[in-house]
Amino acid sequence: MTETKKEEITKYIVISSDKVLPSDAAMKIYESEFPVTVKETCFGLIVSGARDDVETLVEQIRQLDKNHIFVKDRGFPPGDERRCRASRGGGPRPGFHFLREEVEMLPAIGAALDELEAKECMTEKRKAKCRLKTSDLEKVIEEELAR
Amino acid sequence: MSFLAKVFIYPINSLILADLVERFGHKPLTMMSQIREKVTSLSLDSPPINITPEDPKLGLKYAAIEVPAGVRGRMSLIGPLIEQAESAIIVENPPTDFGCVGCNRTNELTKYLIRSKGVPVLEVKYPESDEEARDFVNKIVAFLESLPKEKSEEDEKAKEKEPAEKEGKK
Repeated sequence: MTETKKEEITKYIVISSDKVLPSDAAMKIYESEFPVTVKETCFGLIVSGARDDVETLVEQIRQLDKNHIFVKDRGFPPGDERRCRASRGGGPRPGFHFLREEVEMLPAIGAALDELEAKECMTEKRKAKCRLKTSDLEKVIEEELAR
Repeated sequence: MSFLAKVFIYPINSLILADLVERFGHKPLTMMSQIREKVTSLSLDSPPINITPEDPKLGLKYAAIEVPAGVRGRMSLIGPLIEQAESAIIVENPPTDFGCVGCNRTNELTKYLIRSKGVPVLEVKYPESDEEARDFVNKIVAFLESLPKEKSEEDEKAKEKEPAEKEGKK
């Protein structure tokens, strides 16, 4: 029986973090020993491999600094002749311009996500403070009645 | 992986939108997934061709024959995504509308089709400052959280299997 080939996907990991560098993320992937192809770029990484492996790895990398690491799919595999600069005589590859524009906006988006997370934590804490247990309520009522 | 809802995004290859949608558990419908299917299929013969002569014909479903072949070719990729969409996020005035998504007629047609589809649509302006970025993220997060929770892919597959099993028993 012939072995069915697993679906191969490619993802961009764009890093806009003060704590994590593309090289740190690349090292983390090498350590994980998943059979994926990693390409380090100026904005982050390109990871290519079997869908399950790539999705697991990307989630691990995102957790390094989750509000400042962004991920998107890529259609072409890394080094594809139709897109790779090496075979096209240099210059930015098609699709890079929009990515570059968006990368400039990522620190602000990351800060907004941080704020959102902080707000959620605050509301959760408030909720935890506000919640009154029935046993406590019983005690309060008993104390009030005992007066 | 199970997702809540399929969200169409415009610009269709946006990193920020695709990431935000996926971050909050939904499935972004992006051009990249369409391109992947196209360029990794064995039927494609030689680089740099990634649109075949068949594509403008498929695009006829969305645009008339008088419309340029470029629009129809693009619509052959974007059209199926619009059909799948259960909600949409449209960002107005993105800074770069050139390159492969730079066809203004295709973009207008895409936005028109998604607006007339009757699914929930969020329209926001592309942020240019930190404050605008905060509003942008808050609006998108509120929209994504308000979306109806769809059944997971696994449930759908299980449902699809059930009738097939029943038929098999008969």
